[in-house]
Amino acid sequence: MNSWVDLISWVCLLGGAFFAISGGVGIFRFPDFFTRMHATGVTDTLCAALILLGLMFQAGWGVTLVKLFLILVFLLLTAPTATHALARAALHGKLQPVLEAEGESSSQS
Amino acid sequence: MFIAAAIAILVVMGIALLRALVGPTLYDRILAVNMFGTKTVLFISVLGFLTGRPDFLDIALIYALINFISVVAVLRFFEYGRFRTITIPHGGALKDRPDDE
Repeated sequence: MNSWVDLISWVCLLGGAFFAISGGVGIFRFPDFFTRMHATGVTDTLCAALILLGLMFQAGWGVTLVKLFLILVFLLLTAPTATHALARAALHGKLQPVLEAEGESSSQS
Repeated sequence: MFIAAAIAILVVMGIALLRALVGPTLYDRILAVNMFGTKTVLFISVLGFLTGRPDFLDIALIYALINFISVVAVLRFFEYGRFRTITIPHGGALKDRPDDE
């Protein structure tokens, strides 16, 4: 039974590491600010949730589990809020997304 | 397994710092710094389990709080040019005004 818990924890940790790497590649390779925001959203929610879930399986019952749950809830509450505020500030600052229909026009500002 | 996750998070933190250095616009840099802060929280958590000291989770919790508040404060500063709020005379939504401030 203990080995099953360890197996689930390792799968969660490796999945979180995979999504972290994919988000890192996305934030470095994507051409636009808004597409980079999409890559950041992947890592902020799924990677954090998987890694913290994997740590929860290792923690066992106790105060450590409560702290991990608090960190998870707080990250899931604040990451979309920060992303939303960032997108709104970017639109307010007249940063337009790059559209493919206009040919190869790169970002103006 | 903790070491694999820690190394992956470290690599992603390096990539985020690189994007924050070469980012063309201001918002790219803020986005990269926000991602860096979130990855720092995860890295502190994994490091606490890696070294067998789960007391590091308190530091991770405080770092998450400080990261969110600092990102929102920097965004407010760069969106309005100052920290205090401006009053809208007609009660209109701020996002619909062009920029007649």
